[in-house]
Amino acid sequence: MRIGDAKQSYEADEAILTSSTQKIWFALFLFALLLFPFVADAYLLYLGCLVGIAVISTTGLNILTGFTGLISLGQAGFMGVGGYTVAWLSANTGLPFPVTLLLAGLLAAAVGILVGLPSLRVKGLYLAIATLAASVFLHFIFAEWESVTGGMGGLSLEPAHLFGLTFQSDFGMYFIIVPLAVLMVLAAKNVFRTRIGRAFIAIRDRDISAEILGINLLHYKLMSFALSSFYAGVAGGLFAYFFRVVTPESFPLSMSIFYLAAVIVGGMGNLLGGILGAAFMTLIPEALKLLTAALTPFYPNAPIFMSPMLEIIFGALIVGFLIFEPHGLAEIWHRIRRFFSLWPFKN
Amino acid sequence: MSSILEINNLSLSFGGVKALQDVSFRVPENTVTTVIGPNGAGKTSLFNCISGFYKPQQGTIRYQGEVLAGVKPPVRAAMGLARTFQNIALFRGMTVLDNIKLGAHVHMKSGLLGSLAYFGAARREEMAVRSHVEQHIIDFLEIDHIRRQPVASLSYGLQKRVELARALAMRPKVLMLDEPVAGMNREEKEDMARFILDIREEWGVTVLMVEHDMGMVMDISDHIAVLNFGQVITEGLPEEVQKNPQVIEAYLGTSDMDSLRKKLNPEQEVA
Repeated sequence: MRIGDAKQSYEADEAILTSSTQKIWFALFLFALLLFPFVADAYLLYLGCLVGIAVISTTGLNILTGFTGLISLGQAGFMGVGGYTVAWLSANTGLPFPVTLLLAGLLAAAVGILVGLPSLRVKGLYLAIATLAASVFLHFIFAEWESVTGGMGGLSLEPAHLFGLTFQSDFGMYFIIVPLAVLMVLAAKNVFRTRIGRAFIAIRDRDISAEILGINLLHYKLMSFALSSFYAGVAGGLFAYFFRVVTPESFPLSMSIFYLAAVIVGGMGNLLGGILGAAFMTLIPEALKLLTAALTPFYPNAPIFMSPMLEIIFGALIVGFLIFEPHGLAEIWHRIRRFFSLWPFKN
Repeated sequence: MSSILEINNLSLSFGGVKALQDVSFRVPENTVTTVIGPNGAGKTSLFNCISGFYKPQQGTIRYQGEVLAGVKPPVRAAMGLARTFQNIALFRGMTVLDNIKLGAHVHMKSGLLGSLAYFGAARREEMAVRSHVEQHIIDFLEIDHIRRQPVASLSYGLQKRVELARALAMRPKVLMLDEPVAGMNREEKEDMARFILDIREEWGVTVLMVEHDMGMVMDISDHIAVLNFGQVITEGLPEEVQKNPQVIEAYLGTSDMDSLRKKLNPEQEVA
């Protein structure tokens, strides 16, 4: 037990940041996020935006798969719903981005509820297949409903705008994506401080006793699907604004697997894990490319040799993490924190 | 004394296996009522019928005079039927405190938006539950030292106690305990017996219990029903039940082969 850490009220005890050290680090982290676009070059800024979008979507999938125990391969489909909603709204209505993103999330949530309906009956791999079917179905709609989605050619978008401001560059988009990512992760954290989050975890751990303890399974499973798809929808909407074009190929099935891998590598049922997993999955392929570039002056053949190896190294890293760190990246983080919590008096 | 729970002619079968046959007994209000019987007698099946997890083919369960047929398990929980499980059913991904707070779920109202913002009514409700759980349950069951621990790290006896705490957070009228002291040492058993008596006396809760530890059953029960092969053999006060020859036979067996044959094949005349 920590010393000098006594709380006067239950409210203080249940706060997200409980110690002054945590508050200081969190403030520093937010400050670093604010400073980042002013010091980063275009490439890093681009990666920062991608990580922000991935964090939102991974957090959404973590709520569903990590916390509620419902495996979904539909995440890319839900992001597609969000992306196309934003693209269509910006082409046809000229609404500002907060409204389009909210509608994107809500429509994705509605689709998520429909897709989640079989979840009362089927679990595990069967549910994965059911959501896979839904994602194939959504892909079909994106490709074939030409009057709305523009068919295989997709839709292109005007930049996001609000009060006459347009967010055309990556620099501008960063200030939409990152604050939204921070807010949505905090909101998810809040959910797991209340009855709804507890109900999700109870369903994951023992659904039958959860029901006998008074949790309506269908209600909460669908709520988890809706919340998760809302996050995916917003992420998909940001994706659309960021790349300014959506096609059926923007949201391939491999994207669903990408997010599932991010949740697993980061740590299932751990919000911090979702963030770390999203950053890992987005940045490692880029880091490997940088490594190739760095090696080229010494080994001129490096690009030829490395480029087919990238996928293999990436895959091996994921497998390595699953074997050596089954609780994910979050566990490494916790270990570091435990070390420093008593440092330098104990090691 | 009025009955808070009345089981009338309950029958439950799985295919050809008759788990319960024409079971009738009553649970008088504010008593400790115990269902005893050999393994496989149908005790847990009976609990599962009362919880709404199994649907009996025949018979009724009346709770506070109301027939429970067709009422879904979560609604039964909200009506005040709480239970613990034979093989501990705690949620391993949560701390002790969160497990207990989960019990209060049915008495909370905050919705998704309130939860996301953790603001206003949702926040006040969480705080009210926390203070109720801390002051009335954690303190009472003497588990304040483990409230932050994940349940998986606890000893068996403590896990049983946390499960009891979670059931109490449901603010039950009838508390169903499925083997509350199984696998406990003597000291833990004595603690648990004391908690059960206190719950009945101080909280005014009716306790319905399944238990094999005869010493404890006879000590703390006000009313006992004996189940064997899915049928109620007898019910009554502990001392009456103890003297009943059929109960002795069910527990200790019999050396009289004729009576055993008659019991197993009642239709067939014994030669």
